[in-house]
Amino acid sequence: MIDPAAVPGLPCDGEGPVFREPWEAQAFAMALALHARGLFTWPEWAATLGAEIKRAQAAGDPDTGETYYRHWLNALERLVAEKGVADAKTLARYYNAWDHAADRTPHGAPIELRPDDFE
Amino acid sequence: MTDHDHDHHDDHGSELSETQLRVRALETILTEKGYVDPAALDAIVETYETRIGPRNGAVVVAKAWTDPAFKQALLGDATKAVAALGHVSKVGDHLVAVENTPERHNMIVCTLCSCYPWEVLGLPPVWYKSAPYRSRAVKDPRGVLADFGVALPKETEVRVWDSTAETRFIVLPMRPAGTEGWSEERLADLVTRDSMIGTGLARKPGELAQ
Repeated sequence: MIDPAAVPGLPCDGEGPVFREPWEAQAFAMALALHARGLFTWPEWAATLGAEIKRAQAAGDPDTGETYYRHWLNALERLVAEKGVADAKTLARYYNAWDHAADRTPHGAPIELRPDDFE
Repeated sequence: MTDHDHDHHDDHGSELSETQLRVRALETILTEKGYVDPAALDAIVETYETRIGPRNGAVVVAKAWTDPAFKQALLGDATKAVAALGHVSKVGDHLVAVENTPERHNMIVCTLCSCYPWEVLGLPPVWYKSAPYRSRAVKDPRGVLADFGVALPKETEVRVWDSTAETRFIVLPMRPAGTEGWSEERLADLVTRDSMIGTGLARKPGELAQ
């Protein structure tokens, strides 16, 4: 048996790595970076994240911890909109541009955004 | 957000899930507006994936077990004491260390979301973020402890600390018997993540993997 404590600094638990998918890590890092830049305080963050978790629960989310970073992403989008950085329309425009970029990128190649993806 | 159909599976294009698209959209906007730097984001992820974990907390606990002055400093102002050890990632305002004794066992939870002492324990385990733990830890702490295989004497009081964005807690578990004269390094191996959340106890010398 491998003793997890014998591996210094490995932040794993019995259920695997702390981030299950790269996007979870990106979303996590964005919140830390925006806080460091002063866009919001931790109490604001906790209140928004708490509200998003409650909202998801009310909508039937089992809230078992597996969907935690989805709530995290919702909270990020909401705070970014509330702070006037990007409204829902801007988010949707970039969302569609990335979707377009993915569609035209051959499978296996890195997906990159080009100006014409916005057209 | 879009009515675009993501179920197509042609052989030529790539696909990103709805969530991946949202994350990329957000990151691009924030980068273009100068709010984030992709390299800095990568550095944050790298730090949390490889460098910050329960081992940081274990070092703090082992030092408190062997150094009475440090223990006093830790219980007085954990933020300052932990920073003095070089754990610099400061998230939130106050870190409070709560000491387990034969009379009192401490457990931490965040009933609102999942505030957690990141700088000493890394990222929270899945169960810590789950609704069952968040609600049951307060209502039925002994039941939760039983689920984790921990049975405490009846006379031990169980105290549950609800974390907030301003104040987060770390449990200082009891030093196991039979470890007199051990080095800090050896003692740190006995300190599990769960023992610092309060859902576990420190390992006994005999439970250490060979």
